Amino acid sequence: MGIQFKTDETFRDDFSYRNSDTAVLRFPFPFGEDRYMYSVNIEPHVKAGTSPVFDHAFDVDEHYVAECRERAIVLDHDPKRCQVLPHMMPAQWDTLELLMESLSTDYPEHFSLTRDGTAWHWINRPLNLDQRFVFGDASTLPCAPFEYITRQAQGDFTLQDQRDDNLYVDGGMVTTQADWSLEFDIGMSFHEWHGPVPLAHEIGVFDRALQYLLRLQYGHPVRRLNWTMTINPRLDTSPENYPDWGPDRTTVTAENIAGKLHLRVELQTLFRLPRSNAILFGIRCYLISLQDIERVEKWRKRLHRVLASLPPELVEYKGLTRFHGLALSRLAALDDGAPLSLGIQPDQAHLPA
Amino acid sequence: MILDGKLAARVAEIELLNPTLKRFRFVPESGGAFPTSPPGAHVLVTLRGPDRVWQNAYSLVTPPDQRDHYAIIVRRVPDSRGGSHFLHDWLTIGDAVELSAPASLFPIASLARKHILIAGGIGLTPFLSYRPVLALRGSAYELHQFCAPDEVETFRALLGSESTGVHVHGVGRGERPDLAAILADQPLGTHVYTCGPQGLMDAVEETARGLGWTPHAIHRESFGGDKGGEPFTVTLARSGRSIAVGASQTLLEALEGEGIEAPCLCRGGACGVCLLPLVDGIPDHRDHVLSDAEKAEGRLIATCVSRARSGTLVLDF
Repeated sequence: MGIQFKTDETFRDDFSYRNSDTAVLRFPFPFGEDRYMYSVNIEPHVKAGTSPVFDHAFDVDEHYVAECRERAIVLDHDPKRCQVLPHMMPAQWDTLELLMESLSTDYPEHFSLTRDGTAWHWINRPLNLDQRFVFGDASTLPCAPFEYITRQAQGDFTLQDQRDDNLYVDGGMVTTQADWSLEFDIGMSFHEWHGPVPLAHEIGVFDRALQYLLRLQYGHPVRRLNWTMTINPRLDTSPENYPDWGPDRTTVTAENIAGKLHLRVELQTLFRLPRSNAILFGIRCYLISLQDIERVEKWRKRLHRVLASLPPELVEYKGLTRFHGLALSRLAALDDGAPLSLGIQPDQAHLPA
Repeated sequence: MILDGKLAARVAEIELLNPTLKRFRFVPESGGAFPTSPPGAHVLVTLRGPDRVWQNAYSLVTPPDQRDHYAIIVRRVPDSRGGSHFLHDWLTIGDAVELSAPASLFPIASLARKHILIAGGIGLTPFLSYRPVLALRGSAYELHQFCAPDEVETFRALLGSESTGVHVHGVGRGERPDLAAILADQPLGTHVYTCGPQGLMDAVEETARGLGWTPHAIHRESFGGDKGGEPFTVTLARSGRSIAVGASQTLLEALEGEGIEAPCLCRGGACGVCLLPLVDGIPDHRDHVLSDAEKAEGRLIATCVSRARSGTLVLDF
């Protein structure tokens, strides 16, 4: 039996996006300890870990169909959300191959890939696509290979070219981003595109992360979790559309915060690509409402402690200032201060109604 | 593609190219396909001889889309007691071998306007996987193969007909390749790649730098070798246990091999989770976490990448 896709949900207007109980319990809660600070929290992306979202190279869940539709809407309004510089064509094919192979291997009931030399046949059942094409010949696809396959995947993707002992963000599909712009960042080096992040530069996080990523080996991808918070289950919180979502922050009240405030977690994965030697950076976004977090005892207590001890620079950078106090006072009432287990696992198999 | 562990393979074909060169073709043990290999990639071939095990690095000579088999070309080193002797004299069709995932430390530069490939002897191998890729991309390139005069025919045969831009130069004893003639008059944006004997690679690098090439446009093959090194012994002060760290394993792997739960996260010397206090011994720091001052103090060691300059390290663990 495959995944039951929630094909009608939306990430805009009426915001009908909801997590099933299964989706809540498999959520990649990002806090393994009671305090949070930047670190090089990178680990090998092996098919195992403390959350089921780590079980596949690219996680597909009940929101797949709706997220692909949301991506198409964003691209309709702003085609520049997908851009790849001309020298990255080998990386485009690498990405298509990696995603098609991974999805068809990990979810054979939903995706299928058959190959006869360069004649490839791709079937995407959830999106009802059936495409025959010639691998290496972009004219045989409806659009460029990177755009073609990332329109069929959840989460954003960027392509990093490696040269001169640095990484350059020379391409991407970015429609579900936490307030950064591909149009602004494209072509930047590693330290340039991380420029706005506070505190982490000073403690050398980016120097070490770059050295590590320059040595990233093919076949041995790595991953980390990152997080922020978003008002309403909105995927497209881009600088380009700030007027659409920025004002949402002023609408939060003690009465509606549990439904409106969402923890936004990015499962970030980094894959070395074979032909191009580029790095594919996957930024898979998961949203969970505060009221669903509250159904998991460990998570609601831990979130309280993390938010209470968060450095003010991070509160500001992550855009939490306007509702940080409201969230804290609500969560404080639900935290008895009892010790919590280390790690991100929920420690319960069922949710209260 | 997530590759876990080794690739199980079988020898499908062995071809004698000349008295000292053999080409070996490997196919996947269970049928199917190998992973797409990066151009210029090498694999570690694990060879289980009757008395010992070798783990040797060889460049793949097959292009990325050749996934039904991988091939390597190996020169039998005279008086070899190592892997090349085993491969040449003992390995037969049908034998099982283990391959590592192909590793890419010698990639094609994405923004180069032209590529100059300079090989010495069997150092030609990574360029055999470059050529089909450069041809497919329509890239401008020149290939210069230097070898002993009696091997010119062998390498010409390997490279096919001497097409435009492909040159095989026989170099007699006492002669030196004229590298300046190759490198002096290249257009801006040209990158040079070299693989072969250390002396040739050094000469290419020096000549190019002397002619004003930017360092980032000069690439030389390396099999990495970051991981391994001289074997040493680690002693754990709290339990008094002594553990041998082999030439091809890390300190962390040696601890794990003994069932010891040592801390770790990234396994690449970046996160700092695996740092353990060092009580005695001289470390060979290979991490990116410790500052130069901390490295000089020698009180911490990143077990996932760092090794020993002394025969023994004593850890407070």
